[in-house]
Amino acid sequence: MREPVLEIKSLTRRFGPFTAVDTLTLSVSAGEVFALLGANGAGKTTTIKMLTTLLPPTTGEASVAGFSITTQAVDVRRAIGYVPQAVSVDGSLTGYENLLIFAKLYDLPHREQPARIAEALEFMNLTADAKRLVAEYSGGMVRRLEIAQSTLHRPKVLFLDEPTVGLDPIARDAVWKHLIDMRTNYGTTLFFTTHYLEEAESHCDRIAIMHQGKLDALGTCKELEGSLGPGHTLNDVFVHYAGSTPDAGNSFRSVSADRATAQRMG
Amino acid sequence: MTTTFLRPVTGFIGKTFVITEFELRKLRHDFTELVTRALQPALWLLIFGQVFARSGAMHTGNIPYLDFIAPGILAQSVLFVAIFYGINVIWERDLGIVQKFLVSPTPRAALVLGKGFSAGFRTLSQAVIVYGLSLLLGVKLNWNPLALLNVLLIVILAATLFSTFSLIIACIVKTRERFMGVGQVLTMPLFFASNAIYPTNIMPGWLQTVSHLNPLTYVVDALRTSMLSGSPTTFGLSIDYAVILVTTGILVIIGARLYSRLAT
Repeated sequence: MREPVLEIKSLTRRFGPFTAVDTLTLSVSAGEVFALLGANGAGKTTTIKMLTTLLPPTTGEASVAGFSITTQAVDVRRAIGYVPQAVSVDGSLTGYENLLIFAKLYDLPHREQPARIAEALEFMNLTADAKRLVAEYSGGMVRRLEIAQSTLHRPKVLFLDEPTVGLDPIARDAVWKHLIDMRTNYGTTLFFTTHYLEEAESHCDRIAIMHQGKLDALGTCKELEGSLGPGHTLNDVFVHYAGSTPDAGNSFRSVSADRATAQRMG
Repeated sequence: MTTTFLRPVTGFIGKTFVITEFELRKLRHDFTELVTRALQPALWLLIFGQVFARSGAMHTGNIPYLDFIAPGILAQSVLFVAIFYGINVIWERDLGIVQKFLVSPTPRAALVLGKGFSAGFRTLSQAVIVYGLSLLLGVKLNWNPLALLNVLLIVILAATLFSTFSLIIACIVKTRERFMGVGQVLTMPLFFASNAIYPTNIMPGWLQTVSHLNPLTYVVDALRTSMLSGSPTTFGLSIDYAVILVTTGILVIIGARLYSRLAT
């Protein structure tokens, strides 16, 4: 087993009386592609927010790339990339400018910046559109630019919250091709949440299923399917552990957020 | 020794200007904003100013009324532009942009101050408009280069101050609707409880006290000192600068503490 890059110990987050994430314990190895599944409200996004230092945990601890999320937040931030569910690049800047600002904020050496940005654009197949305003980009291009932006500093771990929501199947495949290339070329650990079981199935080394803030199941796709006896699909596993299909139980807020994202992504 | 001490400081300043630079880069794609903003100071000076100058209702000592309110209207338009600046971060929060910046290793204070400065540079166009109108109306301006430099600095600092205040409100209320409500409630009291369009000595005592606690009063006083020939001043430029800088500093510290609320 490779060394763990992510170690979560009894991580808990409460909002008033509501426990969003409940004593989550989990370890992810370097270079792994790891999916967090669960119905809406299961605590996936809250988990990602804690791991990316956006939200302090109520109790518990986690280390990312060897740094504590509670006491070494700035070191954690240098070591990770984050692609939020919503659109996180600026439509009123060009693709190139969106990358340049993050090259500067992450202290990439000045002389290396042009080469690194050119490389990231090339890698994400955006070179021809670098000088265009992002407002004119298609949804798939926006997502690829966001991934380029979050990986410019070569993070050890890339967190992605619903990376392909609102994309058509072709754009979705393109995004995944680039993500897997990223792992192959740079050894980036991918930690993502998704609603699409087939994505988890085809791209992930391991899967965790969360239900009401708790970790209900953990393992490779095969292990999870096997745990229910022969002939079961990942969907059966999901229904068994999460109590419903991934699409059920959507709140009004999450549905409108999804649709708004989908709409902006064109 | 000195380098290890200086690195966080230079890093902070560098990051602040990175944020400012990219906020300003957005501007060149949309100029309509600059043009529509010119309308308000024009109305205040051409209509309100001219009417009150004719009636002679305001006793502004040996300064003509139009001269008196020209710096006041500049300060007012800086306030009006800056006080709604926070709506941008609410917009950026509804997208995922704020979150992305918060996950980067950038100091929070640099995110806040960088945005503040960009609001400062954005409002410089208001100074150009007010100077143009003042020329047209025969206001006796001070063209000393040092005085002009002061006006430039004061406008940038004042916009930084009020846009940071606006950002703090945005961090607290988090939604556009509530933000617009709070913004509207705050603008008029700040404006009227200041020396922008009348001298404070015609105010009732309690209002005078309030106006002396209002940073806009010091912005107006500093602008009046620098813009007009004869440099009329109430508090003196150093007191004005001190109040503006200290208030901005305190607001940036508060804003930096609250900024991460936008991620949740």
